[in-house]
Amino acid sequence: MIHFVLLISRQGKVRLTKWYSPYSQKERTKVIREISGLMLHRGPKLCNFVEWGGLKVVYKRYASLYFCMCIDPEDNELETLEVIHHFVEILDRYFGSVSEQLYFLNLAYYILDELVIAGEIQESSKKTVARLISAQDSLVEAAKEEASSISNIIAQATK
Amino acid sequence: MGSQGGFGQSKEFLDLVKSIGEARSKSEEDRIILGEIETLKRRIVEPDIPKRKMKEYIIRLVYVEMLGHDASFGYIHAVKMTHDDSLLLKRTGYLAVTLFLNEDHDLIILIVNTIQKDLRSDNYLVVCAALNAVCRLINEETIPAVLPQVVELLGHAKEAVRKKAIMALHRFYQKSPASVLHLISNFRKTLCDKDPGVMGATLCPLFDLVTVDVKSHKDLVISFISILKQVAEKRLPKSYDYHQMPAPFIQIKLLKILALLGSGDKQASEQMYTVLGDIFRKSDTLINIGNAVLYECICCVSCIYPNPKLLDAAADAISKFLKSDHNLKYMGIDALGRLIKISPDIAEQHQLAVIDCLEDPDDTLKRKTFELLYKMTKSSNVEVIVNRMIDYMISINDNHYKTEIASRCVELAEQFAPSNHWFIQTMNKVFEHAGDLVNIKVAHNLMRLIAEGFGEDDDNADSQLRSSAVESYLRIIAEPKLPSVFLQVICWVLGEYGTADGKYSASYITGKLCDVAEAYSNDETVKAYAITALMKLYAYEIAAGRKVDILPECQSLIEELSASHSTDLQQRAYELQALIGLDARAVETVMPSDASCEDIEIDKSLSFLNHYVQESVEKGAQPYIPESERTGMLNTSSFRNEDHHEASMHGLRFEAYDLPKPVVPSKSPVTYTPSTELVPVPEPSYSREVHTSTAVPSISSSGSTELKLRLDGVQKKWGRPNYSSGSTSTSESSSQKTVNGVAQTEIVSTSTSRAQATSSFDLKKPQVEISPEKQRLAASLFGGPSKTDKRPTSSSHKVVKSSSHTTERPPAAKPVDASEKSTPVQPPPDLLDLGEPTVTSSAPLIDPFKQLEGLLDQGENVSVPNHGAVNATKPPEMMSLYAEIAASGQSGGVVNPIPTNGDDLLSGLSGGSIKTAAPGGAAGSPSLSKGPSLKDSLEKDALVRQMGVTPTSQNPNLFKDLLG
Repeated sequence: MIHFVLLISRQGKVRLTKWYSPYSQKERTKVIREISGLMLHRGPKLCNFVEWGGLKVVYKRYASLYFCMCIDPEDNELETLEVIHHFVEILDRYFGSVSEQLYFLNLAYYILDELVIAGEIQESSKKTVARLISAQDSLVEAAKEEASSISNIIAQATK
Repeated sequence: MGSQGGFGQSKEFLDLVKSIGEARSKSEEDRIILGEIETLKRRIVEPDIPKRKMKEYIIRLVYVEMLGHDASFGYIHAVKMTHDDSLLLKRTGYLAVTLFLNEDHDLIILIVNTIQKDLRSDNYLVVCAALNAVCRLINEETIPAVLPQVVELLGHAKEAVRKKAIMALHRFYQKSPASVLHLISNFRKTLCDKDPGVMGATLCPLFDLVTVDVKSHKDLVISFISILKQVAEKRLPKSYDYHQMPAPFIQIKLLKILALLGSGDKQASEQMYTVLGDIFRKSDTLINIGNAVLYECICCVSCIYPNPKLLDAAADAISKFLKSDHNLKYMGIDALGRLIKISPDIAEQHQLAVIDCLEDPDDTLKRKTFELLYKMTKSSNVEVIVNRMIDYMISINDNHYKTEIASRCVELAEQFAPSNHWFIQTMNKVFEHAGDLVNIKVAHNLMRLIAEGFGEDDDNADSQLRSSAVESYLRIIAEPKLPSVFLQVICWVLGEYGTADGKYSASYITGKLCDVAEAYSNDETVKAYAITALMKLYAYEIAAGRKVDILPECQSLIEELSASHSTDLQQRAYELQALIGLDARAVETVMPSDASCEDIEIDKSLSFLNHYVQESVEKGAQPYIPESERTGMLNTSSFRNEDHHEASMHGLRFEAYDLPKPVVPSKSPVTYTPSTELVPVPEPSYSREVHTSTAVPSISSSGSTELKLRLDGVQKKWGRPNYSSGSTSTSESSSQKTVNGVAQTEIVSTSTSRAQATSSFDLKKPQVEISPEKQRLAASLFGGPSKTDKRPTSSSHKVVKSSSHTTERPPAAKPVDASEKSTPVQPPPDLLDLGEPTVTSSAPLIDPFKQLEGLLDQGENVSVPNHGAVNATKPPEMMSLYAEIAASGQSGGVVNPIPTNGDDLLSGLSGGSIKTAAPGGAAGSPSLSKGPSLKDSLEKDALVRQMGVTPTSQNPNLFKDLLG
């Protein structure tokens, strides 16, 4: 299973964290420090995988952001790499550019929740996501909140 | 678009995010966040905050928390937000609590009620949001509160809800398996859900269930296969395609489950062969996700009952991986490590790629390669591999990995050590560099090993081992900063055996020990070991009737320790002083020499006191009354019992508060019976048995011992000088004994092709432009077989037996060849019941041909008879050559001479083959007649090479056909 998802900028700044296994705030800080140390100092032409304390960290750099997921030793690294890519694809279409993600942290979390549930990768057809989001859309309109919201964009992005 | 401030967020919020984004350092970021925390703390408690504003505050808290600061002051507001009626606010609330709270947080109890309500909501989006929170927040204690509702949701009209409900149940299963065991039938039902997403989600819990108990899910094999088939044939809606691959994540999950179900189960595996073959063919190797599926397919093939065709396909895929970028190389090495258990020869084809990976600057790849080497270690290459591992271990700082690699080194050294001397040296290095990271048990094992020797009667070898240990320790002891664990071993060994062989005087060794105690004066354990060692040395001296002269530094050490703060050290020091004062006979009894392995007899009944007791009783002392018979005690103990009872009563009453429990028991009488069936203890062991019975014979000698390793005592693991012969003969004989045909054919085909691979490698060598070092390394790593069999010469009859056996096989090949050609690739069923030696000898032959047929299928345009002839003659040729080399001892066995001149080497080799082929023919009749054909091919090869043809296809007749 996936233990956590991290987005870390090239300068080592944290941009998103999602923990599927229990870590205390103190442990989280330590984990982030260790992993960014490992990840940011690797050359460009090396593996996208790093062994870390008995687990495996799969990471990939998009623009100035490192996306990384920590998985169990018996999990499939290439598959995880694709989940990252899938996530990035959706974020990218959604925000125009991945680096805008910081402004929409909550929305990035919603998207992630559709792709990964309880630390397990889900086969999410893009249509399903779109349908879910447009359903929300109508609700949002009914609530007259945030007129041209998120959901519209997700619908556009995942068409 | 966001930076322009859509979405109705306040300017303040946007400014915050912007400043976080632009912060140049961590300290600047911290300052911003600390300011933000102050603001929020103030604002969030203001009365009558509009809901939208509150939502923004909560999101700002999410930022605070994400950046590693404590936002706990706002948790309660996030919890409150989950109670809101508006979906948007509710969702934000749920998002925040799932991010903030761990499952054991106190506030969760406040959310459970809301979750219960929301799970009943008409709006499926509310239900989804609640289910997301369930996955994250519900712990073992609260599962019963939501379980019935979640189960109900499995029948919800919306697939998104069903999917999340399944994942929630999966999470429950992980937290407390017993809570959902009665729901297995539900999982089976959702597997047939019309929505592929729901079906895919169901695979997660099923995977876990199958992992725990394979047997009771065997009936699902057919379902899984048919699902996988449908997926692979693109029968799912287009929208599930990912990069033109049909539902790859589902495929991967299915392959994982099939690997579990097919492991050691021939019948189940056979059903999978077709679909696995399809996937091998269909996976697009140009895209990453295609390779991910392919990799999983290889894993599956290496787990299930082996099938030659699929193994070939897997080997092909691996060789493609190894030629690609770093990621795929990594996966390829990993896959190689899996496949090597089934066909040990496969690594040899990729030896140069493996060595490249070993020398790659990428640490990840390097470590993976070490893992592979660890799996393929045998007595012939253990020195090279362990030395490499130690070198790498010295070079890294990562303690976690250092520990791991150190324990692997120890394991391999214990298992395959070629000599005592080497073993001691290796252990010294490991201890020196990994030191305190090594498990203390390893140190104890080492001491025991040195003390016990090998459990056989060869005292001479034992004392040699000891004196070589003593010698090396005396050399090392002077080095600065040795790890504590290592020093303990050193002290113990010096104390026990320092003077045993009379080479070193007691005063020399005691001096060294004092130095140690002085240099590591902070380490009490080391000091304790040192002073006990001193005591032993003095005791032996006294017992031997020599005069003990205590060095001044020893004297001062003893004095210092007898005033030590540690009572343990004090006691040891006083004991030492007391011992020195005794006469030789008493010392001999107290500290017998070399008695560390003797059992200490304990007189539990204290019978030696009988006399004294009797005397005392006669003098009028009170006789002893056992505790149970004492009246006063009785009362207190029964009182204590009551007290205990009371306590457990409390526990019971406490449990009775568990609200939803009554609901479950209504079903329980029926459902719990199968649930207990699902976790019985014997079943896993059964499946393991099945697994090993098929796996062990097919694994190389290294693999099989590796499996047994941890259970055995050290002496058994670590061989005598004739160990390697033992291992080869056992692997041979075990292969004979196995009842299943395929495992046998596997071994024979590997041994023949291994011989070919090595020879092909040797021929290739002079030509390919590889640095000589690399070649040497390759030869020492992979050129194993010839070397392994070189050892057995000491117990030659075994080698003769095995080699004559291999040479015997080919003659039978020809008749079978003719008959087999018409048969399909499926192994004939009667192979299953092989037991007779006669049948055994013919059985192995089937496989090479089948493999060849497989190769021919792939479009080799070689005429069949010719092809068959080459193969029929080649293996015996190589085998006899190989056996001869083995028998001829050192000179013949070294297959990697220094590659100075290609022609020289070649002629030498081919000449050698003629020479050796003759006696080989004497042993096994037919090979002699075919001797020239090898010579021919080798000469042809040499010619081709002289003409400068590329090395990869230097001998079309031989290698192209055999190696594809």
